[in-house]
Amino acid sequence: MKELKTIIESLLFVSDIPLSIKKMKELLDDVSEADVAAAVRELVDEYSRREGGVFLAEVAGGFQFRTADISTPWILKLRGGRPASLSQAALETLAVVAYRQPVLKSDIEQVRGVDVSAALKGLLEKNLVRVVGRKDVPGRPIMYGTTKRFLEVFGLKDLSELPTLRELNELEEEEPFD
Amino acid sequence: MNGAPIGGISGVMDYRIKLDIFEGPLDLLLYLIRKNEIDIYDIPISMITEQYIAYLDAMKSLNLDLAGEYLVLAATLLHIKSRMLLPVHEEEGAEEEDPRAELVRQLLEYQAFKEAALDLNNRKLLDRDLFARQEPVDDIDDDGDSPIREVGVFELVKAFQRVITERGGDFTMEIDTETMSLSQRVSEILDLLNEKRTLTFDELLGREFNRRSVVFTFLALLELMKMRVARAFQQAPYETIRIYLAVELEGTEDHEGAENDY
Repeated sequence: MKELKTIIESLLFVSDIPLSIKKMKELLDDVSEADVAAAVRELVDEYSRREGGVFLAEVAGGFQFRTADISTPWILKLRGGRPASLSQAALETLAVVAYRQPVLKSDIEQVRGVDVSAALKGLLEKNLVRVVGRKDVPGRPIMYGTTKRFLEVFGLKDLSELPTLRELNELEEEEPFD
Repeated sequence: MNGAPIGGISGVMDYRIKLDIFEGPLDLLLYLIRKNEIDIYDIPISMITEQYIAYLDAMKSLNLDLAGEYLVLAATLLHIKSRMLLPVHEEEGAEEEDPRAELVRQLLEYQAFKEAALDLNNRKLLDRDLFARQEPVDDIDDDGDSPIREVGVFELVKAFQRVITERGGDFTMEIDTETMSLSQRVSEILDLLNEKRTLTFDELLGREFNRRSVVFTFLALLELMKMRVARAFQQAPYETIRIYLAVELEGTEDHEGAENDY
């Protein structure tokens, strides 16, 4: 079904967020998710074979057109900005949130040994971290987790794609002090 | 992130540069352990404590703000050092934990996350290493086409002023024995929003005539908006402002979240 692939390609081209198979299926009535998935796979293959300036990436539970590595310096020039980057404090805080979510601010501070208010605020403003709920303990403190935007920015399909924390596993296996 | 290499300590002048790259007391301690090529499971506490405190002294002599956390760890180190000096009682010795155990656990945990942060940073990041279609710069439509517009802080302040003046005459300052905390008010508003999904600005303030409560409620609302938990909308300027919950607070197990319809 050639038309389906064409429409999907257009949808992906226009969208400014990754489009999930489910979302595309909803937009296109009378088409099964399997058909949509098959068409998307074909597109992914076509773009990857072409090795052009854009490719179709699977991120944040959906698909999104992204640019080729080699074009980066010129795109930065076009956009007239500096590349987005995160401070060490922000990255460490984000790592704790990503691996420990849902997590309290005090848990993050326990791990990092410093106050994380500023780092956490920055991450909330960048929409990389969000409030996911409240813990059912006295004071009902706020729990934090990562957003879809986090997966999108870091190019992850989902949270399970995060590499495992090596050191912690080792520690648990060895248990040198217990 | 500055990529300044960590060299040897040759003089006090070095410290300035080094301090910028320490993310906190644990980071400094990890640096000292690595620099001395020490086995993390067998830290010579006495030596490390000495070096750690020497760093703190250097920071002080440079009049740098020494975050309290650095001093807390110094105290912990000294405490461990003193415990190491105590003789181990044979009877209970087998059960007694190494005084350094907790610190080592903390260090290893921190190190793991430090590495995880590095891994994250080494990925191909959007808007740094590769790009996608950009969101429209101004997604809040302000030219009247859109029936509902998002309310900014200034409009909220205006609404707040209105409430203050409307209820102004009745304000009585009272010394409240029951102190209200901002985080407590944040919690209450979250509960209210969670239950009702949406509230008007006036409903939120309720029939509160106590200036203190009105101020606290307003500050709590600003805090929630800053945290991106609540969002405020209105139909047109000077219309009723409605507060909505921006995120789903139920079902915290679901990390995927339901707020973004992808």
